[in-house]
Amino acid sequence: MSILEAQELIVDIPGRADGAPFSAKILPGQRWGVLGPNGAGKTSLLLTLAGLKTPRSGRVLLDDVPLHRLRPREIARKLGIVFQERPESFPATVFESVLIGRHPYLSFWQREGSDDVRLAEEAMHALSLTLLKDRLLQTLSGGERQRVAIATALVQQPAIWLADEPTNHLDLHHQVAVLKLLQQQAAQGAGVFMCLHDLNLAARWCDHILMVYPEGELCFGPSSVMLQPEALERLYNQKLTVAYVDDVPVFVPE
Amino acid sequence: MPAVRATLPLAMLALFGALAMAVSLAIGSVAISPPELWLVLTGGGSELHQELVLSLRAPRALSAFATGALLAMAGALMQVLLRNPLADPYVLGISGGAAVGALLAMLLGAGMALVSGSAFVGAMVSTVLVFGLSHGRGSWTTTRLLLTGVVIAAGWGAVITFILAMSPAERLPGMLYWLMGDLSYARSPEIAWLVLVPALLLMLPIARSLNVLARGPMQAAALGVSVRPLSWGVYGLASLLTGVAVTTAGSVGFVGLIVPHMLRLALGNDQRLILPASALAGGAFLTLADTLARSMMAPVQLPVGVITALLGVPTFLYLLYRSR
Repeated sequence: MSILEAQELIVDIPGRADGAPFSAKILPGQRWGVLGPNGAGKTSLLLTLAGLKTPRSGRVLLDDVPLHRLRPREIARKLGIVFQERPESFPATVFESVLIGRHPYLSFWQREGSDDVRLAEEAMHALSLTLLKDRLLQTLSGGERQRVAIATALVQQPAIWLADEPTNHLDLHHQVAVLKLLQQQAAQGAGVFMCLHDLNLAARWCDHILMVYPEGELCFGPSSVMLQPEALERLYNQKLTVAYVDDVPVFVPE
Repeated sequence: MPAVRATLPLAMLALFGALAMAVSLAIGSVAISPPELWLVLTGGGSELHQELVLSLRAPRALSAFATGALLAMAGALMQVLLRNPLADPYVLGISGGAAVGALLAMLLGAGMALVSGSAFVGAMVSTVLVFGLSHGRGSWTTTRLLLTGVVIAAGWGAVITFILAMSPAERLPGMLYWLMGDLSYARSPEIAWLVLVPALLLMLPIARSLNVLARGPMQAAALGVSVRPLSWGVYGLASLLTGVAVTTAGSVGFVGLIVPHMLRLALGNDQRLILPASALAGGAFLTLADTLARSMMAPVQLPVGVITALLGVPTFLYLLYRSR
């Protein structure tokens, strides 16, 4: 179990004023949903928290140690990242690609052992990729590639998940499967922090909500407090109607 | 990938390499039969055969093998880093830079050591130019990189023509042959082997990091790879390999393109297997190509670059056509 903490963090987005600094802790078991309109800086925030983007000011701590003081391998054993955009990669099969999630655990000369292969097979099973095991990535659909990326992160066994639109390209069934998987990870003590486009998925699957406004203003708290129609209407600049299904609010744009 | 699956292909490629060397030693103006060759290699045989095999053919065959191995490895490395199967030291202008460096040194009448050093500097300048310019302010898009490389290769071509025009007539035939890639004057394979073997040993422990890097720089960083030092280190190494290959045999093209491509089709994409396999297969390939080049139209000796280009150009076009 690990804690990721942002201290007085200001994300560096060119041409934008500093705004109020962001300080928060992602604790084990929490599921954060990050909401905001296009271009508000959700991805930049996520990459900054991952240590892949240098903040304008402030710092990010992983278990009380600033990220820049940790070696990349140490970070990679605790932080798993699912990217929204994946560049064209060199040819590789689904299996090879998923197995690469073990990289931070293997020393220079070490090869993947049977335990690593077993973890990769379990992850492929969890994301219904077993039948695609030997297919090349380039031959997969967007949703299938998304599942490969999540399976790779799963094999990495991270204590903290930073996922940028993990449900992108996924059909309804796989959206639910992936969110259930992340919920399960949180139940086992992982902290989950994910950007989501779909307000209703966030309402259903997240216990904390972070709203990112276009000017860089941030606002966060428990879902029950945060998911107010007025706040969401201001966030998206869109009128909403609220219905309740099983006591969970469902927001429908008017 | 389990170790067993890697051992068998490598053993077979090593055997293939040894056979290619044997063929290269046996074929020529005087054909030597396998039993006679064995005699010579174990210290016996006639004086003529001794002279032919050990003093004439062996240095050339060893140079061909090392050059092929260096070029194939340099190509394989660049392809992984750029995530593009079309990358090749020749196509990207690295060989051109090395050739300009070497020709300048030759024009000034420098010795062999200085020609080598100058070729390496040329390769490095070319690498920094290509990668620096195409990096710009954004990320390395592979299209931009390939285009930059092609344009820089064209630029080096012009510089080479200029140097040739300025050179005294008696130096021209040697320079020209060397430009096309020729092993006729390759007499000292030592430097090439001294670079090849450590480079290969150095590559093995970082090959898995290269597998990760092939998924893209962001994903690699997320999995704990120090992307920037690794990338620059490998670019530097690829330039060194190219520079040494160019000083040994001139600018032989397309070996770095054909060999890794064929191997990936047959063996998959694990760099821990592909890199040593490229070295073995590249060596064997260039050894056979050179044997063909010097025996096909004997007594006329063709530069080996002609053979590799005749095979390489269609391969490149085919890859380009398929990649869209």
